[in-house]
Amino acid sequence: MANFFTDNKHLKFHLSHPDMQKIIRLKEKDFTEKDTYDYAPIDFEDAIDGYEKVLEIVGDISGNIVAPNAEDVDREGPKIVDNEVQYARGTQENYEALKQAGLVGMSLPRKFGGLNFSTIPYVMAAEIVSRADAGFANIWGLQDCAETINEFGSTELKEEFLPQFALNGATGAMDLTEPDAGSDLQSVQFKATYDSEKDTWFLNGVKRFITNGDADISLVLARSEEDTQDARGLSLFVYDRTHKAVTIRRLENKLGIKGSPTCELVFKNAPAKLVGDRKMGLIKYVMSLMNAARLGIGAQSVGIAEAAYREAYKYALERSQFGKPIIQFPAVYEMLSKAKTKLFVIRSLLYETARFVDIYKTYGHIMTERALEPEERKEMKKYQRLADIYTPLLKLVSSEYCNEIAYDAIQIHGGTGFMKDFPVERIYRDARITSIYEGTSQLQVVAAIRGVTTGGYVNQIREYEQRDYKPELEFMKKRLIHMTRQYEKVATRIIDEKDEEYLDFHARRLVEMAGNIIMGYLLINDAMRDDEYRNAAEIFIKKAEASNVEKMYYIKNTEQRDLGIIKSEG
Amino acid sequence: MKGYKIIVLAKQVPDTRNVGKDAMKANGTVNRAALPAIFNPEDLNALEQALRLKDRYPGTTVTLLTMGPGRAADIIREGLFRGADDGYLITDRKFAGSDTLATSYAISLAAKKLMPFDLIMCGRQAIDGDTAQVGPQVAEKIDIPQITYAEEIEKIEKGKITIKRRLERGVETVECPMPLLITVHGSAPDCRARNAKYLLRYKHAKTWTEMQQDTEDYLWLREDRPYLDIREWSVDDLSADETFLGLSGSPTKVKKVFNVVFTAKEAKVLGDTDAEMDDLMKELIENHNIG
Repeated sequence: MANFFTDNKHLKFHLSHPDMQKIIRLKEKDFTEKDTYDYAPIDFEDAIDGYEKVLEIVGDISGNIVAPNAEDVDREGPKIVDNEVQYARGTQENYEALKQAGLVGMSLPRKFGGLNFSTIPYVMAAEIVSRADAGFANIWGLQDCAETINEFGSTELKEEFLPQFALNGATGAMDLTEPDAGSDLQSVQFKATYDSEKDTWFLNGVKRFITNGDADISLVLARSEEDTQDARGLSLFVYDRTHKAVTIRRLENKLGIKGSPTCELVFKNAPAKLVGDRKMGLIKYVMSLMNAARLGIGAQSVGIAEAAYREAYKYALERSQFGKPIIQFPAVYEMLSKAKTKLFVIRSLLYETARFVDIYKTYGHIMTERALEPEERKEMKKYQRLADIYTPLLKLVSSEYCNEIAYDAIQIHGGTGFMKDFPVERIYRDARITSIYEGTSQLQVVAAIRGVTTGGYVNQIREYEQRDYKPELEFMKKRLIHMTRQYEKVATRIIDEKDEEYLDFHARRLVEMAGNIIMGYLLINDAMRDDEYRNAAEIFIKKAEASNVEKMYYIKNTEQRDLGIIKSEG
Repeated sequence: MKGYKIIVLAKQVPDTRNVGKDAMKANGTVNRAALPAIFNPEDLNALEQALRLKDRYPGTTVTLLTMGPGRAADIIREGLFRGADDGYLITDRKFAGSDTLATSYAISLAAKKLMPFDLIMCGRQAIDGDTAQVGPQVAEKIDIPQITYAEEIEKIEKGKITIKRRLERGVETVECPMPLLITVHGSAPDCRARNAKYLLRYKHAKTWTEMQQDTEDYLWLREDRPYLDIREWSVDDLSADETFLGLSGSPTKVKKVFNVVFTAKEAKVLGDTDAEMDDLMKELIENHNIG
């Protein structure tokens, strides 16, 4: 009986982070709901115990149902039958199991049938499911849509839709992309028109590349304001598939995550309800939805990386060449140690980001019930700012590392890894999308560069720097201080040029330099709580320093006037 | 629609499916310390069938009944986490050493205390003894009909239940009046996983004995939530005749337990031609390995 939660002690390590006290106390409003709901926690220990036990269920279903189904789901995929998406048999079984276990709507308030879990265990569940089957994790993870309705919808909207997720296990979709509006969502043309006689909005147009497009409940971004062309003319709507006003024109044939249906949809006078206020669709709600989705891709990337690392490690132990297991050769064990270190560091970044998100979002919910104290308001702002610069960094680094780990995992398998005989082949294909959807790596840099220009990253680095570390970790902190100095120097130099294109050109390098320092600190913080992470910290910081030096030299050697020749060769 | 009252019999057993080297002590008895205690697998199949009836017929209740030492309360909790409504633990030192006859006597008394009920469901057999006797004996003692080897419950109509049985050479569909006892075969669907909400609701469920040993301070919870009490039934609670219990009530005497190690003596390598397959089939039939 495999269990993807209990067989991975690193999950429990992150779940036991000291900040969980604060997060749970806020989320549970000092445990006041225990008198109303008999499944609400009584105190902190009870809440953490509940998180662990529920994650055990996720680990059980992931290990014993989702993972064994993954190969067949990948081969079979979904299909269109009578204008409905029919999941692969295994996908149906997976979803049914999670639904029956009450794992849809985990983070929703109890009054709508949810478990009121904080972001951390939800993100952890997403990591666990992704390790079993990344494609399936999309279908399950789209319960994020419910969270958006909870955050921005009216009371009526919440009462109508949230119990459908939490009690009936409804599936969700977010319909944003169109043939001519991908990365550039402000050019969305899809129309929403208000019929005052019927007092209803109607949706018309085409949406493309929609994950789980035939979901029970869909959030749809549409142009509600006539004669507008930019983001300010867009609103967000919720569409219920029981209206049957959408045609599923095609399912994409993809490289990976084949179990997850990617649909092209045609809406014809589809009745829908407005979420929140008009014109705030893209500016506010989709931005929030995307941030949640990016955190989700972070979790997915870590889950895929975990799966890839495990496959590679197992194979390297079992495979013998030249008279010994290949894991004993430096070329192989170095690849493995690199993969493991990357895995540890993206997981740390994932949960650090999730904690920031957790705290500020919970304050946001508290705000709807009572006014925040000045101190609380300040804290909310602080964590929101951190979440805003950590989320794109997480999405960028975790998806790229996940691809690198999957690449090396195949390499360790050699020719066998190129065949469909081992899961690593599927894992490699599934990994590829992570650095593309929910905003490509290049777009994450566009969001993350604010952390460089506003000094947000450096401020947080200083906070890490001021913490006390064990004497045996001090030498690593010194390296990180040195790296910070280098980073600040090049960053200031480029910002001072006040040339947007020049900044954009080096943006990724700057973000990655800051990211390397942040991740180095995260690992030594982990090593403070558990010696096991000390080696990973040391390996990572060594590599990170070398990588930052390389970037620094390249930045120094590539000035504004060089952009011309690079552009002409592009 | 009227619901049904279902009793599920479940046993806590050592996990004999993944037996390691230290599974047996030198004297030939089972080393329980080396084997984790689990919910007997076919009893889980039975629980799933009961829960499916509960899903199908609103108002149906599922009550777990288990017999064993104090730690067997885990079985009741496991059932509650998956959707059962309540459970009873039959526990008393005087039950120790019971064979199938004495066990079925105790269980039948407990089941009678829970009358009236519509159905008793249990696994076909337990993986520690593999006798497949307790279910049928309970039915005999309560004097209700029994359907063994059930794989699927097709319907309940007008007080009659239609059941598909998995037999060695096929499937048989039978009909039976209720109340009755059903033993469920391992080919029936696996039991669903735990449900998060049920788990959070019942994770503090304990027997009185467990509460006495407990140091955590949640005792006050029980006043408002009586369903957190897992009730224990002793010999006295069941008004049982002690001569039918434990060792004195158990005619089965174990003469010897020994370890059987299977060793492959020879291997035969065959080609993949039809002729060779044909020869193999003939040989297996002649040697009565198959057919």
